[in-house]
Amino acid sequence: MLKVNNLHANINGKEILKGINLDIKAGEVHAIMGPNGSGKSTLASVIAGKEDFEVTEGSVVLNDEDLSELAPEVRAHKGIFLSFQYPVEIPGVTVTNFIKTAINETRKAQGMAELPAKEMLQLIREKADLLEIDRKFLSRSLNEGFSGGEKKRNEIFQMAMLEPQLAILDETDSGLDIDALKVVANGVNKIKSEKNAVLLITHYQRLLDYIVPDFVHVLYNGKIVKSGGKELAHELEEKGYDWLK
Amino acid sequence: MSKFTEDDLKKELETKEYEYGFYTDIESDKFPVGLNEDVVIAISKKKNEPAWMTDWRLDAFRIWKEMTEPEWANIRYKKPSFQDISYYAAPKQKPKLNSLDEVDPELLKTFEKLGISVGEQKRLSNVAVDIVMDSVSVATTFKKTLNEKGIIFCPISEAIQNHPELVKKYMGSIVPKTDNFYAALNSAVFSDGSFCYIPKGVTCPMELSTYFRINEGGTGQFERTLLIADEGSYVSYLEGCTAPTRDENQLHAAVVELIALDDAEIKYSTVQNWFPGDKEGKGGVFNFVTKRGLCEKNAKISWTQVETGSAITWKYPSCILKGDNAVGEFYSIAVTNNYQQADTGTKMIHLGSNTKSTIISKGISAGHSQNSYRGLVQISPRANNARNFSQCDSLLMGDKCGAHTFPYIEAKNKSAQIEHEATTSKIGEDQLFYCNQRGINTEKAIALIVNGFGKEVLNKLPMEFAVEAQKLLEISLEGSVG
Ligand SMILES: Nc1ncnc2c1ncn2[C@@H]1O[C@H](COP(=O)(O)OP(=O)(O)OP(=O)(O)O)[C@@H](O)[C@H]1O
Ligand SMILES: [Mg+2]
Repeated sequence: MLKVNNLHANINGKEILKGINLDIKAGEVHAIMGPNGSGKSTLASVIAGKEDFEVTEGSVVLNDEDLSELAPEVRAHKGIFLSFQYPVEIPGVTVTNFIKTAINETRKAQGMAELPAKEMLQLIREKADLLEIDRKFLSRSLNEGFSGGEKKRNEIFQMAMLEPQLAILDETDSGLDIDALKVVANGVNKIKSEKNAVLLITHYQRLLDYIVPDFVHVLYNGKIVKSGGKELAHELEEKGYDWLK
Repeated sequence: MSKFTEDDLKKELETKEYEYGFYTDIESDKFPVGLNEDVVIAISKKKNEPAWMTDWRLDAFRIWKEMTEPEWANIRYKKPSFQDISYYAAPKQKPKLNSLDEVDPELLKTFEKLGISVGEQKRLSNVAVDIVMDSVSVATTFKKTLNEKGIIFCPISEAIQNHPELVKKYMGSIVPKTDNFYAALNSAVFSDGSFCYIPKGVTCPMELSTYFRINEGGTGQFERTLLIADEGSYVSYLEGCTAPTRDENQLHAAVVELIALDDAEIKYSTVQNWFPGDKEGKGGVFNFVTKRGLCEKNAKISWTQVETGSAITWKYPSCILKGDNAVGEFYSIAVTNNYQQADTGTKMIHLGSNTKSTIISKGISAGHSQNSYRGLVQISPRANNARNFSQCDSLLMGDKCGAHTFPYIEAKNKSAQIEHEATTSKIGEDQLFYCNQRGINTEKAIALIVNGFGKEVLNKLPMEFAVEAQKLLEISLEGSVG
């Protein structure tokens, strides 16, 4: 489904990604771990099409289509979703209004009519319930004054609404308390199917107990230095990253 | 829309005016531009005004002649030459068109974006309609309902004829002829406008909209509005419309006077979308407006405005809180793009005790535009326990535009409580990327962010108006981010 081929990316002339290869198939869960500053979020941003980064070599291919020239919103329309490590605030725009706009813009791009208000409401209720989100929360301004955990939960709520093909979750677990982690993981697992895929970025084994990965990759200094099965995460938890340097 | 040049227009006016023969006693070569006592008299005569009105105008003209144009606003423009303007512009008839095909396609595109119905599009662009149009019948029912309640809502020229006692008593009582340069000019030459009277204890059952009135007369260059809410009455008044308004007249100087007697409430909402000029800033309307309301005891006036048009906007809807417990509110969104300049704000004059005012101003600047907020909160010595809350937020797009805030506070009573908050923010790249990532393109994302920014003000508008105003904000900022 998603192929990352020898991807190199710069910011302000500094190379951050130094030849990344990934092959994610439908139905799979991949986890990326790695020390701070190794380039995990950068990889997520580049896949999502953030223009601040300059791709100097390699490509990102979704369902055999090269995404290089596509704007971030077009990539989103094609089914890429990024749960941000640091979700931004948009004052005055409610969670409901935001997600409604996102859904209808995506539908429009796919040649579909806007979702009728009644169905939209129903969908919002259903997904809010899945993630145990209080209705009152939905009429608050997007991320404004949200606690760290609330922000993350809201990201996954949006993911549940948009049902992407490929969901990249950048440290969605950090900031979540143990109960919230279970709720969010459960939400992800419910949405997970044979048709979509998940790329998890995390520092902790804990999340991987709930969302079990098929593959674990270690990103170090802009390169994937080791890949393995879910056991690799346990090994990292025990030994840290030093032995991989 | 017509593509007249100024000269064509002048010529056309000239011929028309000769046709009607109004100027027989004035030297022909001086006409139609320029202003003198004869022109003022001619205007009054044309409207069949009683002598007291003619005298009133002449008095205003003499005052105006002694005044000089203000310089203090934070705006720059080439001053209009007041002797080069025709003050004799009878309400202009837009050229009649046979079908929408004859309308400027750009304008139609905008109509569509605003979600204006085909019938309404025809009305706005003056396409002849052969079937009985909805709005006509709506207007008729509308009038009937108002009559039953004793509400007067008519052109001000009609009020001068039919309700002279009210006009005499109130016109110029809130904005005196001596008030300022533009107000004096307006008082001398005002073309037309609206008059509204709500009797004691009556709650006006619908939004009063100039929409219906413009239908009958066409808009003027020097409009005059007088709205009187008698004791314990309530009215919500809508001025303007979101459809783009083009006008051959570059200078507009309107006066609006509101009177809220004891326990009355007036909600006055404006959406202003005059032609802002082209991308280089050429040809837009200069809009110099004096708007003021007087609140007697326990009365309330609330101004809400969404300003997106005009090359230059100079406008400070104000409240004189004369009676005890009076309440004044000002909610404003002013958008400037390209080379637009806006200098707007409000004055809250606290005279009575326990008077309260709220100011929420949201300025959005894009392109090379300049957007200034200028506000005055004045607490008089005998206004005990007066309270004011002001919040002025600016949103900048790009780095070539400017936002300025000039809050003036004059508190002469120690018990006053005044709070002022101001913020300036930019639309962040991160916010845009976040929206993009969710499938929302940059243009739409800006609209979303801007509407969120202006939400407190948009929420104050009547429902239908708010929806249109949101779309209008969206359109006004189109192409503002590259
Ligand atoms: N805009 C930028 N300008 C300069 N350097 C940047 C910029 N964005 C990221 N970097 C650098 O790129 C490197 C990788 O950052 P990235 O955010 O991808 O790390 P990460 O693996 O996600 O780290 P963490 O685990 O702390 O989230 C860091 O050294 C960071 O400082
Ligand atoms: Mg990161």
